[in-house]
Amino acid sequence: MTAPDPGLDPVDRSIVRATQAGLPLTRAPYAAIAQQLERSEDEVIARMQAMLDRGIIRRIAIAPNHYALGMTANGMSVWDVDDGRISELGAQIGALPFVTHCYQRPRALPDWPYNLFAMLHGSDRTQVEEKRRQVEALLGDACHGQDILYSTRILKKTGLRLRDAD
Amino acid sequence: MSRPMRNVLPGDALDATDRAILNALQDGFPLTPAPFDEAGAQLGIDADDLIHRLIRLRELGAITRFGPFFDAAAMGGAFCLCAMAVPADRFDEVLTKVNAHPEVAHNYERTHKLNMWFVLATDDPDGIERTARAIEDETGLKVMLFPKLEEYFIGFRVQA
Repeated sequence: MTAPDPGLDPVDRSIVRATQAGLPLTRAPYAAIAQQLERSEDEVIARMQAMLDRGIIRRIAIAPNHYALGMTANGMSVWDVDDGRISELGAQIGALPFVTHCYQRPRALPDWPYNLFAMLHGSDRTQVEEKRRQVEALLGDACHGQDILYSTRILKKTGLRLRDAD
Repeated sequence: MSRPMRNVLPGDALDATDRAILNALQDGFPLTPAPFDEAGAQLGIDADDLIHRLIRLRELGAITRFGPFFDAAAMGGAFCLCAMAVPADRFDEVLTKVNAHPEVAHNYERTHKLNMWFVLATDDPDGIERTARAIEDETGLKVMLFPKLEEYFIGFRVQA
């Protein structure tokens, strides 16, 4: 691995690497990272703040396991939407309170005619199907086909990992 | 390799404070010398209580991650949703090969002929193609790429 983003110097990368599996659960987690990297706590906080400001860190937060919390039905709804209307309709669907992760993606014809992906979650599939009908109603005649793919197993969930060899 | 447990917690596993923690910390966590003190104060508990509850929530499997969420694209890399149609009798073998790649950030089994859906996250722009080709070589199966063209919502929030 060569030529990393010029905006991310080796110290930033060491911070990414030290925090990508999670923050230490200790009173002063940034000091603990700083100690591990032999930098000062002030520098680690300042560099992480700069990465937040630049959007390299989207946020520092918890990701709950929605399945463990009872949201056991998780459907990736997919839609074949008129190209000319997808931006307008995608924004409306993305704004629905029960929709997460709403994206336009390329079709892969002939097998995959769908260009709009919207994740729907509920405590059971009946709830998810109700939400799916709401999306269908909103899309109206701009929609030419749809499907929903329920997740049956989480096979891996680690988030971004920088490779070691660089 | 991470293969999180897929168990629903019993209704009494979390108390009101645990739920308040899960809701509040989805929005953000302070970047300050004593962040647990600050976050705890907002929730009416002290830092030690918050830390102990987070350790327990993690052990219970109620939390999948706690820390910074990185944007691979902003780091000069890329994200891409990928899908494969894996024959049932090869599923475990292919899964092992796919998950062995550190670029595979998460992976879900789904109800479709395209039954394996994973996200590649790489810190260089060529990493997506390189990893997808490597997986194809190792498995003999096609990796379909579904890069995002436009994003209509950012964020993921569940009410605990």
